[in-house]
Amino acid sequence: MAKMSNQKVGNNSILFITPPFLSQTGVVIGPKEGEGPLGADADLVCQNLSLQEKSFERAERSLMEEACYITLKKGKLKKEDIDFFLAGDLLNQITVSGFTALSLQIPFLGIYGACTSLAEGLGLAGILLSGGFGSRVLAATSSHNCSAERQYRYPTEYGFQKPGYAQWTATGAGAALIDTEGPGMRITSFTVGEIVDMGITDVFDLGTAMAPAAATVLHSHFTELQREPNYYDLIVTGDLGQVGKQVLEDLLQRKGYNLGQLYDDCGAMLYYQHQQVDAGGSGCACSAIGVLGHLWRRMQKKELNRVLLVATGAMHSPTTSLQGETIPGIAHAVSLEQ
Amino acid sequence: MAAFVVGGLFCVVGQLLFDLTRLTPGHILSGFVVGGGILGGLGLYEPLIKFAGAGASLPISSFGNALAQGAMMEAARSGVIGVLTGMFELTSTGITAAIIFAFIMALIFEPKG
Repeated sequence: MAKMSNQKVGNNSILFITPPFLSQTGVVIGPKEGEGPLGADADLVCQNLSLQEKSFERAERSLMEEACYITLKKGKLKKEDIDFFLAGDLLNQITVSGFTALSLQIPFLGIYGACTSLAEGLGLAGILLSGGFGSRVLAATSSHNCSAERQYRYPTEYGFQKPGYAQWTATGAGAALIDTEGPGMRITSFTVGEIVDMGITDVFDLGTAMAPAAATVLHSHFTELQREPNYYDLIVTGDLGQVGKQVLEDLLQRKGYNLGQLYDDCGAMLYYQHQQVDAGGSGCACSAIGVLGHLWRRMQKKELNRVLLVATGAMHSPTTSLQGETIPGIAHAVSLEQ
Repeated sequence: MAAFVVGGLFCVVGQLLFDLTRLTPGHILSGFVVGGGILGGLGLYEPLIKFAGAGASLPISSFGNALAQGAMMEAARSGVIGVLTGMFELTSTGITAAIIFAFIMALIFEPKG
């Protein structure tokens, strides 16, 4: 029996021999995100946070379902054309993804990666398709300001005061169609990160808690694939926000990388300063809106030919936080190339 | 004037605790209740209410004081068991009002969050 050629490089990275294509996207966003700088690049902007549903959890389901159906419609595909549905969100037991999978009736694998869900979904889709286990995968993620605030912080009616370094959970959902055939952006590599925990316990300081994981996975990516940062037109993190972005830049500087204009963060891009979101956006929707909405348009216009997405996640739960446990950070990197 | 200054000082302490430490609102709230209870137990909170009126009786520390006063009053009347039976004697108005008003508001506004 012929040995499968090894696509693993180093400890963390996978370099796909037959890279699948990110071939279509669908992005649905909330009203505040619609008024932000990236609002024009979404497929649908919702007029209010409740989406006429009786709960915010149901509203978030509508966001993800809508993003999936828009993607299928844009790709002129039916549900039956998709081999696997990969999805993750921030709510307990990833219920938004589960209910969306119920609606889609596509074989479903849930992703539990907090705000890395988009990168993890794209990477796992790459593994499935590059490994020959199907020809099309739909990957989706979502977050909703009110459902996340309620679960992780305080009841929304409470009107809780936040410290200035806190972020604003973005409302929105994004879906990506990954296909063995183009056209689209090739998913060329996937660097799987390790958990990094620097002992942060403050649930409002997620940017600082996640930035070290991003620095670690970027270092692995550059050294294992022997790529310099300027190999990419843009390196973008998911939801570090203004504070975490600064921390990551400092950490990378110490490792000898100076990204400068090459680097940005979706959470930091998502809102105008006058929208009063403190340190920027957070949540799965940040990378979905940033990459599948805004950057996807720029990639289609060939303004960007090589993009590295480094989505970061905070793997704490409300229970562990109340018990005083630290916030474990994670980050995965996925490269998209023309 | 006294009410304004004393009540304001309570709020300043709370805001400083919130801004300068990483204590959560839950910690600060409980801290004020316990602090009010201790001051009440030592007989220091009642004079403060006499001096500042609503400035001292409105902040949550007054709830701690009322718990302590109720417990001590009933303990003096009916012994150790009075600590338990008396604790909610003075505070029952506040607690009942909170429950009833919350119930009415929930009926009107159907809270989602």
